[in-house]
Amino acid sequence: MPVKTLTIDGQLITSPRDQTVLDAARGHGIKIPTLCHLDGVSEVGACRLCLVEIAGSNKLVPSCLTQVAEGMNVTTNSPRLQDYRKMIVELLFAERNHVCSVCVANGHCELQELAVAVGMDHVRFEYQFPQLPVDVSHDQFGLDHNRCVMCTRCVRVCDEIEGAHTWDVSGRGHNARVITDLNQPWGDAESCTSCGKCVQACPTGALFRQGATVAEMQKDKEKLGSLMQAREKKQWVV
Amino acid sequence: MELTELHQIAEHERAQQKPVRIRCCAAAGCVSSGSLAVKQAFDRAIAEQGLSDRVQACSVGCLRLCCAGPLVQMDPSLELYEEVTPEQVPSLVASLLPAAAPPLSAPGASPGIPSAKRGDPQAPFFTRQMPIVLENSGIIEPERIESYIAAGGYRALHHAIREMSPAQVVECITRSGLRGRGGGGYPTGVKWSLVAKMPGQRKFIVCNADEGDPGAFMDRSVLESDPHRVLEGMAIAACAVGATQGYIYVRGEYPLAIHRLEVAIKQAKKLGLLGAGIFDSPLNFRIDLRIGAGAFVCGEETALIESIEGRRGMPQVRPPYPAEKGLWDCPTLINNVETFANIAPIINKGAEWFAGIGTAKSKGTKVFALAGKIRHTGLVEVPMGMTLNAIVEELGGGAPNGGTIKAVQTGGPSGGCIPASLLDTPVDYESLQALGSIMGSGGMIVMDQTTNMVEVAKFFMEFCMDESCGKCIPCRAGTVQMYRLLSRIVAGDASPAEVKQLEMLCDMVKHTSLCGLGQSAPNPVLSTLRYFRPEYDRALKNGRIALPLR
Amino acid sequence: MGRLKFATVWLGGCSGCHMSFLDLDEWLIELAQHVDVVFSPLADVKEYPDNVDLVLVEGAVANDENLDMIRKVRARTKTLIALGDCAITGNVTALRNPLGVALEVLRPVYGENYPNEPRIVPVLLDRVLAVHEVVPVDHYVPGCPPPASRIKAVLQALLEGKAPALEGNEIRFG
Repeated sequence: MPVKTLTIDGQLITSPRDQTVLDAARGHGIKIPTLCHLDGVSEVGACRLCLVEIAGSNKLVPSCLTQVAEGMNVTTNSPRLQDYRKMIVELLFAERNHVCSVCVANGHCELQELAVAVGMDHVRFEYQFPQLPVDVSHDQFGLDHNRCVMCTRCVRVCDEIEGAHTWDVSGRGHNARVITDLNQPWGDAESCTSCGKCVQACPTGALFRQGATVAEMQKDKEKLGSLMQAREKKQWVV
Repeated sequence: MELTELHQIAEHERAQQKPVRIRCCAAAGCVSSGSLAVKQAFDRAIAEQGLSDRVQACSVGCLRLCCAGPLVQMDPSLELYEEVTPEQVPSLVASLLPAAAPPLSAPGASPGIPSAKRGDPQAPFFTRQMPIVLENSGIIEPERIESYIAAGGYRALHHAIREMSPAQVVECITRSGLRGRGGGGYPTGVKWSLVAKMPGQRKFIVCNADEGDPGAFMDRSVLESDPHRVLEGMAIAACAVGATQGYIYVRGEYPLAIHRLEVAIKQAKKLGLLGAGIFDSPLNFRIDLRIGAGAFVCGEETALIESIEGRRGMPQVRPPYPAEKGLWDCPTLINNVETFANIAPIINKGAEWFAGIGTAKSKGTKVFALAGKIRHTGLVEVPMGMTLNAIVEELGGGAPNGGTIKAVQTGGPSGGCIPASLLDTPVDYESLQALGSIMGSGGMIVMDQTTNMVEVAKFFMEFCMDESCGKCIPCRAGTVQMYRLLSRIVAGDASPAEVKQLEMLCDMVKHTSLCGLGQSAPNPVLSTLRYFRPEYDRALKNGRIALPLR
Repeated sequence: MGRLKFATVWLGGCSGCHMSFLDLDEWLIELAQHVDVVFSPLADVKEYPDNVDLVLVEGAVANDENLDMIRKVRARTKTLIALGDCAITGNVTALRNPLGVALEVLRPVYGENYPNEPRIVPVLLDRVLAVHEVVPVDHYVPGCPPPASRIKAVLQALLEGKAPALEGNEIRFG
């Protein structure tokens, strides 16, 4: 059987059997918030925002990494899930220095959108205010650790689509940072092809085009989509 | 290698043994208090006193009562000596002479040295133990394969390869009721059969020796005392599930365990007990070591796999489980050190024998590392179902210096604190879980009345915060906030609302984190909140914690 | 319903939120039908009065004067609204927090002759705080600044005796 029938938020839907719950839900207009998910690159299940409840199991599962199954009954937006999501977004805001009003990505930022989506009007946790550097050694782009949410979309897009693997992660826990070429300044990273896919993949103002000022850094996620379409379906869109 | 050769080696080894053997503990605990010098002193004294034909000194594994090291035990008299110094050795050796000459006149003995402190091998600490995993520990010489073979080693492997089918081996382990000793308690036989059923030629066996819980040293002791036991268990597993390559992932902080494993692997290869055509069967199985670089999270199986593959040790979402897709996407069997150490005895003595020990759902024995405010710090192996009280009061001798035990922490940073009032609980997977703790790998930290439980929770939270890999947000950022709240409570700066916020965070981190580290990070807080709530409340009410701080 | 005693307070902020409040234009006249402005940077009142019904607080708590003020405001006011990102998150005012304590910010700017005249020049706190980190806040109106329409929606609801319920894009920061 090429399709599976399942229920998501009370809505009976059919979906191709190799689809994830996230794709099936989105295909039917059911919104599940995500941050580390990016169409076209592998899933890591790290942000925990897309967790959903499955009837018959008391474990929450990441919808981005859960395949649809026949008769599955999924709840994507219970009060409990809403609570958890709000807390997760608050934790992100408290973790680094996300100052929307002076950010290059203001108005085009997925973190900012998430705050709106989960109904966050203030942060209950203590802001950590870490002292973090900004790397503008690259001649076209910049990296602002203050805005980074460690989604690793840059790491995956660079490795899996561009094939350069300039980006990786160093350190652990709250000291984890994205790095370029064994923790060299981005401008010295010889593996970087300056393709800019990481900048487009970045959900916040952490990666930006130099010269962009407040609210000017608009990401073009469709660029990655058309690349994937060209690669996988051999359809070149001009 | 044939069975007869194995017997020959064993007989030769036994023939070589002198009537009196002086067992000197050479596990890390006693080595750190100077046992190597004691062993050398024995070698010297035996030669000087002309006893080389009848007496020999051996470097053995852990003698268990780690707090009293360096430990020395006489074989066959089983006299035990504690805190032995090299100066005491000549008179000790002299006392072995039949017509015991006055000790101080012995050659090399210096006058004025107090005689060695006698230990009591009949103390409950020893007599109430049931050594299965540790049966060779402190008896055989871990760096000599002949010593292991003389104790019956590698016969189970022969039996499993030559007398049993792989399916029978799996079935035997299943029937024994053995459950994973790493903490989770997943039935070992079920895990083995899952891997055995997976298609494909390439399968792996992994021994998880990344013991990282604060206060836990069971696996280290097993590896240092009886490394061949673990190799044999892994080889039997390989034969059962059809694997050809094994890895032992051992933490870099255990140099002695690493050294003994290296020696053991080399010796086993030389005798054809590892490598190609083991016991003249088609079984090929080699074992390599992988050394951890100091990340607690690499004890989590998916992170461990990433690390072996050479990547950053970060947990991955399960399913798929390693049994299906593990190392290099091949079916992989991952068991803990102690689990593998249980395999050979089960094959030798049968599933029914093993299933006859322990409780209805938890079979066999469990090794615990007793630490903290307890008189007898060391290793104990007890049958499942013994009460915590018996372990800490009878074997452990209770709190030192007239103190009273307040709580026992099991399961390390993933476990919980069990109050003294509930120590009548039998030790098994389900009972400990019902109390809000876990069996864990076997760390058991005893706390007395001076211990501040909020500080305990804070200590473990700091550990989890530092050891979080940073991949998922709840664990990475949640532990930071929980640690901060606990610090404020300990300092007496917190409000009741902040305790509420702490509970809220605990619930969220527990249910949303990606791996076991994050999911269980709130446990020490939840269990101290459950049993020691007044200490949290007192901290709020008085502004400052009224309890004496350590 | 009688006339409400209404106040606005300006802590560590740029006054942009007050400007946005003034952008309510002719609606201010309607507001004036319902409230008496008892304290505001826009009114010449020296001391924050007692029994205030409603206050809009702009800015973060950045110095000792802000700290005294917000405690006084909380003690004397029924409903406290944190107005704008600085009051809610610290925002631009808190950009100095990652640099360290007050002296670590003052010294590089002023050298050893940094302003140090307690009671004449307010003393900087070592760390800029959001209002709700100091006193309980009843409602939050995010934005840098919050658009006039957002402020109006909240005030209107409160004047009608309802709880304001900002949602969707109305709670956007920045």
